Amino acid sequence: MGIDRRKFFKVSGLTALGLAGGSVSKVFSSEDSLGTVAPVRPEGPLTAQRWAMVIDLRKCHEHADCNDCVTACHTTHNVPKWENPKDEVKWIWKESFEHAFHDQEHPYQQESLKHLPALVLCNHCDNPPCVRVCPTGATWKREKDGIVMMDWHRCIGCRYCVVACPYGSRSFNWRDPRPKIQKIQPDYPTRSRGVVEKCTFCDERLARGMLPACVEACKYGAMHFGDLEDPNSNVRELLSERYTIRRKPGLGTNPEVYYIV
Amino acid sequence: MYDAGKVILGIVVFLALVTFPLWYNLAGEASVTAPELEKAEGSQCVEDAEWMRGHHMDLLDDWRDEVVRDGERYFVGPDGQRMEKSLSNTCLSCHVNKDKFCDRCHNYMSVDPYCWDCHVIPKEVM
Repeated sequence: MGIDRRKFFKVSGLTALGLAGGSVSKVFSSEDSLGTVAPVRPEGPLTAQRWAMVIDLRKCHEHADCNDCVTACHTTHNVPKWENPKDEVKWIWKESFEHAFHDQEHPYQQESLKHLPALVLCNHCDNPPCVRVCPTGATWKREKDGIVMMDWHRCIGCRYCVVACPYGSRSFNWRDPRPKIQKIQPDYPTRSRGVVEKCTFCDERLARGMLPACVEACKYGAMHFGDLEDPNSNVRELLSERYTIRRKPGLGTNPEVYYIV
Repeated sequence: MYDAGKVILGIVVFLALVTFPLWYNLAGEASVTAPELEKAEGSQCVEDAEWMRGHHMDLLDDWRDEVVRDGERYFVGPDGQRMEKSLSNTCLSCHVNKDKFCDRCHNYMSVDPYCWDCHVIPKEVM
């Protein structure tokens, strides 16, 4: 052997240094890999420290056959419509009061409340159990405004989040949804088979300065969307003036969709 | 060497078989030419064509992460205007024909990106 211990250490040390240097330079160069492409803030996105929603169920009750919010949401976001309830995908839908608020229901409840159609959607919990169980980080709570987001690129379809969510807000695509979308909106992606989806408080519309599709579609003013951290916001005003309830508050998820009953 | 004739003959046959694809291609019959891609409608891409050819997939990956994870949806284009980081809405607004642009080259390179499983080709749904 023409190599002694001294030389071996020299060579291996230099090799290790070279490898480390290579990866370091890679890290730094990834910064300029985009060249001139620099992110800028869009003009006038809707921002908040903590988005929240207040739904006036009494107004929903007055117009029990109105389905505008559901239609608007599902059309905007290319949500498929399956006949078989086992395949069902939904972001926002109507539930009876005793199902939506089963911990606040009793057999002698006033009739009007009993069959109140309650609009339910993702509660964008402050302490979201779905986020805790997601193994890939495909769902996470956005620090800047509290929205519980979905990254369909990273979802591997394990459905832990579906099990963890106590509100049934998450749907799994058991089949390719494309054939069951009545009219595909070109500016929003569809999902693929094997991916979980849910309401994202219309993060894409907020970024363009628009209110969530359901809120915009409601012509009776039953849905209110605003900043919970702003004491003068519309939602804070409603919450301070009206009696409101939340779904399953005892679970400690701290849901951010409030209901006026 | 025992059976030298047979062994050498065997080696020759083996080499001929193994290198057959090379000879066959050299003969010119199966020569492959790079696909001709359709010209884009816009005047300028977000980066120069040479860079895009090699790195468009990295750019799209970066866009994806910036839009979905960081909520940074816009960038300043080459001519200073604000543009959306969007495959369907920005890229395909100039490269209008996916079949003659994306697919031709992807087929040639034998890559099968799954962008289109979810992202919509505007022309197809209009």
